[in-house]
Amino acid sequence: MPQLLLELFSEEIPARMQAQAAKDLERLAREKLAAEGFLPEALKTFAGPRRLTLVAEGLPLAQPDRHEERKGPRLGAPDQAIDGFLRSTGLTREQLVEKDGVYFAHIDRPGRPTPEMVAEIVDAIVRGFPWPKSMTWGSGTLRWVRPLHRILCVFNREVVPFAVDGIDSADLTEGHRFMGARQSFKARDFDEYQDGLARHFVVLDAEERKERIMDAARTLAFARGFELVEDEGLLDEVVGLAEWPTPILGDMDPAFLDLPPEVIRTSMRVHQRYFAVRDARTGFLVPHFITVANVEAPDGGKAIAAGNERVLSARLNDARFFWDQDKTVALTDQLARLTGVTFHAKLGTMADRAARIEALAEQIAPFVRDDTQTKTWAKVAAALCKADLVSAMVGEFPELQGVMGGYYAEAQGYDPEVADALRHHYKPQGPHDDVPVQAVAATVALADKLDMLVSFFAIDEKPTGSRDPYALRRAALGVIRILLQSRTRLPLKAFVPDDLLAFFADRLKVLLREQGQRHDLVDAVFALGDDDIVRIVSRVNALDEFLQTEDGANLLAGYKRAVNILKAEEKKGPLPSGEPVEMAAAPPEEAGLVIALGHAEIEIGRALAKEDFATAMRELAALRPAVDAFFDKVLVNSEVAAERENRLRLLAKVRDAMGRVADFGQVTG
Amino acid sequence: MPDKPLSFQGLILKLHDYWSRQGCVILQPHDIEVGAGTLHPATVLRALGPKPWRAAYVQPSRRPADGRYGENPNRLQHYYQYQVILKPNPPDQQDLYLGSLEAIGLDLRLHDIRFVEDDWENPTVGAWGLGWEVWCDGMEISQYTYFQQVGGLDVNPVAGELTYGLERLAMYLQGVNHFADLAFNDPDGPAPMTYGDVFLENERQQSEANFHLYDVETLKRQFDDMERTVPQLLAGRGPQGQATVLPAYDHVLKASHLFNLMDARGAIAVAERQSYIGRIRDLTKMCAEAWMANEGGNG
Repeated sequence: MPQLLLELFSEEIPARMQAQAAKDLERLAREKLAAEGFLPEALKTFAGPRRLTLVAEGLPLAQPDRHEERKGPRLGAPDQAIDGFLRSTGLTREQLVEKDGVYFAHIDRPGRPTPEMVAEIVDAIVRGFPWPKSMTWGSGTLRWVRPLHRILCVFNREVVPFAVDGIDSADLTEGHRFMGARQSFKARDFDEYQDGLARHFVVLDAEERKERIMDAARTLAFARGFELVEDEGLLDEVVGLAEWPTPILGDMDPAFLDLPPEVIRTSMRVHQRYFAVRDARTGFLVPHFITVANVEAPDGGKAIAAGNERVLSARLNDARFFWDQDKTVALTDQLARLTGVTFHAKLGTMADRAARIEALAEQIAPFVRDDTQTKTWAKVAAALCKADLVSAMVGEFPELQGVMGGYYAEAQGYDPEVADALRHHYKPQGPHDDVPVQAVAATVALADKLDMLVSFFAIDEKPTGSRDPYALRRAALGVIRILLQSRTRLPLKAFVPDDLLAFFADRLKVLLREQGQRHDLVDAVFALGDDDIVRIVSRVNALDEFLQTEDGANLLAGYKRAVNILKAEEKKGPLPSGEPVEMAAAPPEEAGLVIALGHAEIEIGRALAKEDFATAMRELAALRPAVDAFFDKVLVNSEVAAERENRLRLLAKVRDAMGRVADFGQVTG
Repeated sequence: MPDKPLSFQGLILKLHDYWSRQGCVILQPHDIEVGAGTLHPATVLRALGPKPWRAAYVQPSRRPADGRYGENPNRLQHYYQYQVILKPNPPDQQDLYLGSLEAIGLDLRLHDIRFVEDDWENPTVGAWGLGWEVWCDGMEISQYTYFQQVGGLDVNPVAGELTYGLERLAMYLQGVNHFADLAFNDPDGPAPMTYGDVFLENERQQSEANFHLYDVETLKRQFDDMERTVPQLLAGRGPQGQATVLPAYDHVLKASHLFNLMDARGAIAVAERQSYIGRIRDLTKMCAEAWMANEGGNG
């Protein structure tokens, strides 16, 4: 079946937009083809520095014929209505069909040749492409991310003829800007296209470019006895900056290695898009870097390496200037300058925020680790944790906030725990980032995030839908992860208002769900109203294990049965209150349940007091035979009122005993 | 690269020659202090309106706060930008630009030239455009922009702007690490001069004045005077009935430079900053609108 090949060839597309552009092109093409009745057997898109490409396999030569039945006005409707219907369908009155007193139009549309449709579809895609930012150029009106130069569009090896704002479609494209023939070439299908590009020094597929970069970069580092410092984010960017990516290893003046490694790496990555190289055994950086050039130069990249080396030296000289200057300024002096930095118009300055974090850290510290040293250090660290924001280095590299504070604190003789807390208090920055483990760092990290959450909730800046400009979801998840990791028993209610507590509950649910936990179990535990994240999670885990046992599943069935009976009885009138008793004439199964419940209640109480949820669940499980036997042999709705009331009390007691462990009514299984 | 790299003035002459051959008017610098070559009326004003325009010129650019008494190898408070404006931008503008790099002696097969996203914006003149910074072996050597708006008005047809940082480019070509060491003229000629010979003293004296000597109250008063002068000049009419935009715009430039001087003196509080920038933008906008009216544009 015929193939469609489309290439939109432009000036350099920003690297950060390429991956999304490939996805958008695929989505739009699929949607628009489907709307015209085309379902390609395969469709793939590619994005690179100068081109977006689409190849669709298995399209028919023409659109399938289509038949549409459209309902019109009733028979005897005013002429006006009928005329309108005729106009919209393009039929005459004789061609309408009557059915059940209503006019119907049967419209047959012969399928149009595929190229005609493709021309329209491409025009619509190009004009409506969702670039994050677009522009016009020259005297034209078309918008594209940068000037669009060529449209290659061939179907079944023939050019699909059309023009978009003066750009004629053709079967021509261009290769690398600097390497090879530097002339346009013809491509009539995808194989010719890909081969042609390869001959003209263009790797079409971003994944292939990535492999090329990683293979060559690892080899270069390995050849010197070192190891590449891999960096996924950087790779994603450089893969969009070169059509013929060619890693080159350059040297760095070893004197720069006395700068903090984070500074060197950030300067390399942010300013220059270089990969760092390290000693595989020690993990220390070595005085080299790897740049990914777009050309394979005839001198083997010597001139390119030399040029990049000089640029890096200039950059690192700047960094050294900042480092030397910042080290001499006391963090406490920097702190004073925070009064001039606005945090948020409604939430005061960074100095205000630091003061709030300090107060919070002091309150939180005893829950993390109850000793005076932790409290003292946490207070000092919390007060200083934002001081590096006004340092020259963080001004240059905002992503080094925290890290630099740690270095400056070390250089100025603070305790290592304090320096560590400054360094790590922004952690965890994402679901895969690690959590500060040391008590002082964990305390400051908790205070930092709780202040964010409490402050923004107080001014009603809560996340809604996909909008979360202050990353409050991340902050709440961070709090949860720190609490769990450090087993900190923080009574959240004492620190946050109700709406924020509910927000935490939602975040915890998301977290547990991601870990494969059933969300109904989370609900069952939350319904108890606990605010201790550590306890909640161990309860959920115990509940999950319990319900996976046969006893657990059966007991759940018994619970539901009891609750249903109680609900039905409740509709007739108020349930009897008070404790069930051992009635003289009671069947042995009733007496047995009374005794079993009495025993279980005591044991469950003990286990819960020790937060030994597994034992509590086991005690519940032990109830199962008694509950099953009771339902088997005893009729709750006895004609004797006293018996009926006692049995209802008994069921209520089963419900309540289980309810102390979890709200089993929320469990769906 | 050729055997002997271009001197600083040799670089300028090559660029003049090259862009002259592309049909550009070769202009001399505007005779008022500006913070960037873009602000020359040949770019800011000529970018607006329907008439075609091609020009190239060197513009001394003054950034008082960047002064380092000539001690920082890369930072000067007075430096040169080479500016090219092509309206409408020709379809082969990128190739023309790359041609200019070859003209100044860069072998494009030996070096790594890259177009890295950089969207240009100048809030004081209400201007923005999309484009790149152009890298040569990891160093930014040019800014390349397709103007979309100036003075808050759409640029139609679109003007392409190229800005070369001349000192940096020359340092790269000559392989020197400090601007003062650049060969200004032919180092083998009868009277060789370095960039330092010509401009180091200027950096020292101007840096001192920028940071310590100007009287802030005087600067503020002068700014206010310029701000008042702009609408007053805009209200005037020339012999053909046109608004007197060009003299008015000169006073916007003066106001802008006075703002930069106040900034270098540390006289502008964070909260005031936006307000000053807004005032300059408003003045530019008035000029841009008057220019469009004169040009018969429909912005």
